[in-house]
Formats: sequence, C-alpha cells, structure tokens
Amino acid sequence: MTLKRVPDPRFLTAALAALIWLALLSPARSQGLEVDINKGQIDPLPIAITAFVGTSQDSAQAGADIAGVIANNLGRSGYFRPLPPESFIEQISNFDQEPRFGDWRQIQAKALVTGQAMMEGGRLKAQFILWDVGSQQKLAGFEFATSPSNWRRLAHLISDKIYETMTGVPGYFDTRIVFVSESGPKDKRIKKLAIMDQDGFNVRTLTDGRQLVLTPRFSPNSLEITYMDFGTGAPRVYLYNIETKQREIVGEFPNMSFSPRFSPDGQRVIMSMQEGGAANIFVMDLRSRRMQQLTNSDAINTAPSYSPDGSQIAFEVGGDNSQQIYVMNADGSNPRRISSGSGRYATPVWSPDGKYIAFTKQGGGRFAIGVMNPDGNGERILTEGFHNEGPTWAPNSRVIMFFRDEPGESGGPRLYSVDVSGYNEQLVKTPSFASDPAWSPLLN
Amino acid sequence: MLRRLADLKIAVICCCFLALAACSKKNQPDLEGDGAGTAVPGSEKDFAINVGDRIYFIVDTSTLTPEAQETLRRQAAWLRQYPNVTVQVEGHADERGTREYNISLSARRATATREFLIAQGVQGNRISSIAYGKERPVALCDAEQCYSQNRRAVTVITGGAVSG
Repeated sequence: MTLKRVPDPRFLTAALAALIWLALLSPARSQGLEVDINKGQIDPLPIAITAFVGTSQDSAQAGADIAGVIANNLGRSGYFRPLPPESFIEQISNFDQEPRFGDWRQIQAKALVTGQAMMEGGRLKAQFILWDVGSQQKLAGFEFATSPSNWRRLAHLISDKIYETMTGVPGYFDTRIVFVSESGPKDKRIKKLAIMDQDGFNVRTLTDGRQLVLTPRFSPNSLEITYMDFGTGAPRVYLYNIETKQREIVGEFPNMSFSPRFSPDGQRVIMSMQEGGAANIFVMDLRSRRMQQLTNSDAINTAPSYSPDGSQIAFEVGGDNSQQIYVMNADGSNPRRISSGSGRYATPVWSPDGKYIAFTKQGGGRFAIGVMNPDGNGERILTEGFHNEGPTWAPNSRVIMFFRDEPGESGGPRLYSVDVSGYNEQLVKTPSFASDPAWSPLLN
Repeated sequence: MLRRLADLKIAVICCCFLALAACSKKNQPDLEGDGAGTAVPGSEKDFAINVGDRIYFIVDTSTLTPEAQETLRRQAAWLRQYPNVTVQVEGHADERGTREYNISLSARRATATREFLIAQGVQGNRISSIAYGKERPVALCDAEQCYSQNRRAVTVITGGAVSG
C-alpha cells in the first residue's frame, strides 16, 4: 500500500503552536507521563474528536468512522479522555471555518480535533487539525491519503500525530500485532499464526492450523515473521513472508530449533537449538546462512532478545528449579546474571528505547509481567495473577502487550496491554483465544 | 543365536510378570473398558495396556524416578521382543512454566527417556523423540493432580506393531 503525506501550508504554524501548548500543559504532562504513576491516579486529557466532515456520502461515513477509531485509540492509551459526541454543542459542518471555542470550553474540552474526508481519484483523503481550545491555536495539522479500504490506517496515522503532539512521545497506533490464534479444547488446541492491527481489528490468519505454531516475532521492516513451526514432526524455526506468503525453514539442523527473534538490523535470527538435554543460543546470518554458537552449557539457554543497538543479548538460563535472566555481549562473551529477586525470571525482551527489559516472573504459583533496567536494578511488577506471560513492547516503549491465561478446562489465553507504569491495563479483543503476541515497529 | 533366544525368553517372562503389576496399578488413564486379556501380543494396545506407554516427572526435572525406570524397563523389554517396532518418545511439560522453557524441559525429558531405553538395549535408530512443551496437556484441572499427569514422556508406536 502507499500512503501519501502532503504538507499543507495552512498547517505551518502547527509546530510553533505545539511548543506553546506543551509549555502550557507541562504540569499535566509530567503528571501523566511520569513512570511512577499509580493505578487510577492519572488525569487523562479531555479531548473532543469530531466526525470528519465528508464531502460526499461515502466520505461522510468514512469521516465518522475515522473519528471513532481515533477516539478509541486515544482513549485506550490512558492519556486522553475522548468526550462523548452527544455532549458536543457545536456540530462541525465546515472544516475551513474556525470552531466556536466557547462551545468546546463549555463541555470542558482541552483539545479539539476537526477533520475532513474526501474521495479524490479513487483515493480517500483525510485532513485534520488539532486545536488547543484554551489558546485557540492550531497545534498540528496533516493530510493523509490511501485507498478507501485502508481507511483505518488513516485513523491510526492521525492518532499517532495527535498522541505525539500532546505527549511529546511518538505514537504506536499505526502498528500490527502478530500472535497465535487458538481454538478447540485445551488438550487439542489448534494454533494458527494471525496478524491484526494493534486495536484488534483486521484480523487475518496466516496458517491453516494443521501444524502447531508458536512464538511469532516481526522483522524490523514488519514484512517477515520468524516463528516456531512443528511441521510434520520436526519442530524448527521458520520465516514467513507476509506479502508473498512464502514459508521457509531457517537452516537445516539435525535438532529442534526454537524461540527465534530477529536482530535489530533484520540480517540475523537468534534462536535456541536443543541438543540432548541442553539448549544453547545460536545466531544465523540470513544472507550467508552461517551459524554461530553463542552459549555452550548443559543448561536451558533460551528466549534470546537483542538490545536495540544490537550490541547485547538478554536471555534466560534455566534448569533444576532455577530460571534467571542473563545479558551477554552479542558475540557471546561476558555473560552475567542480572535478575536477582526471588522466583523465576523468563522471556526477557529489550524495550525499543533500550531502557528496560520486560520479563515474565514466576513465583508462589503465580505469573507476573515486570520490567527492570538492563543492569537488573529497578525491578517493577506491572501485573500479576494466575498466569501472565510473554511481554512485547510497543515501538514507543510506553506500552507492553502480553497474554493472560485463565484457569479452568474451558479457559484460555487472551491478550492484554498495560502502560509501562503499570497503569491502564486493557483487554485487546480477539475473535478467539490468543497468545504469544509480538508488536510490530511503526509501519510508516 | 542361542543367547538371543534366551534373552527373549527372559524378556517374555519379565514382561508377563510386570504386566500383572501394571494392570493392578491402573496406570493407563487413556484406555478404558478392555481388559489386559483382549490385547493381541505385540500390538499397540498390548504395549499401552500391558507395558505402560508413559512415565511421569517431578516438577522442573528430567530425572527418571524409580517408578519411571520400572516402566521404561518394561518398555525396553517389550521393544526387544518386537524388534520391528519403532517408537517416538513425546516429551511434555505441565502448564505452569513459560512456553520456550517448557519446550526445552520437555525435550530433556524425552532425551532422558530415549537414552534410558537405549541403555536397556533398544537400538537408537528405532527411537525418535519430539518435545511438545506445555502444548498438549492430557489432564485439564488447575491442580497438582492434573499437572503431575501432564509432566510426562509418552512412548508412541510409530510402526511395526502387530495389528489388532
């Protein structure tokens, strides 16, 4: 698909205005974005998102739908409180006319989004302005165009612009999730690779469920997935190309390979290979197909994850009632244990900004998701319960998605997201049970 | 040749003796109804009912318990008796672990099981193995009584058994 971003001279004041807005808002902002927020104590920004004015019947429907998607995105982020459209006094019918700010102040809107949607040469075009209701300034304004069937992406791109303008942090709405879609009874689960937008829409399955598939992860350009596939009895790491639908085994190994993940440059896949009772970590260069062994012990060495600069690897070392997170240099040298609390630590995943390692922690028969600094300090638990597992980071390092399994014969896993502060836990709705989520980078 | 026949005889006697023990212990949760007497010797059913196709593990270990070793000795004896039979050892873990770790833990269990059978005289090329992690539980409650049934290695016949 192609997305065109056209700068509009009308919006050139936006950057300057944004600075003013951010200065005005800074007390609220720091309160909202400090990492140390306790659950429920955030004060989300009241924002009015009006239906985008349509220039035709088709585009009017698209305009209303776009506004709905934006409101849903911003509301779910926890930093915004979209006001109900029923409360709006002014009905925006002309995008080129200034809003009546008094009407918006009256319903306590701090920010206002107005927009316009139109069909142009078979493409859907959307323009929007983000207004500071108090200062009556334009904070941001952009125009995006795409094929009409991709209208949700327009809404996600606009959501990202609004989020970034208001928080100073890049958005994460124009992204996808690859995950394992689960159906059937617990002892005969059918697992399929599936992909969807981050908000749970546009779900499509990539495999037919005849083979057991686990732990999918995106390549840095979001075009490929690496995952474990049991095939017809020889479980191995595979690559799947989303556009060509081609499936390819990563190396011909005598033994089971599993737990794959791409390097940040996309040139290598790091994974575990089982040999007898030991699992060790290997990295394969995808061009030369050369394989390098990075750990060499009798333990279970698995779940490797690169630091965003590619210089280090976090992984877990386990066996005999112990499971701990280690970090080593990318060439396998200098492995050192970083987890130090009581319990078992697993599935380390480096945040895209390099500041944290997210993990699964197991203890007392319960499973938690937490974060720690790459040196092992600053451990914080974000959520905890019967079974939480497998964190993955939004590209802006602010949100973590994971799966939560339910007890009971008819129970099953579902996807949840949580702010890195531990606040704003949200169910991510999927058509069936879902596990092993992995977040894509920003698509645009 | 004579020695091999002698071995076989011992194995058969051993097998018959242990079959009684196996039946009295009722360690075949997957099979119902049919008594031991109805299984054709050398068949998959014979193996499952009279020998015992699975062993169990303590939490987070791949150590073979004395009971598991007893079952595996019966399996090895049966496999020596029916040399055309090939098997796959499936390693499994309970659901109370993380996915990747459990894959590897169940591979350890399958490996320990396979190596024991080889040490008992079954040729290695007759035994393949696969690790299922926590993906295929057989008991579904959220209690140790179920988890303990899921921490298992199952010896599955893949070919060469007598039909019936």
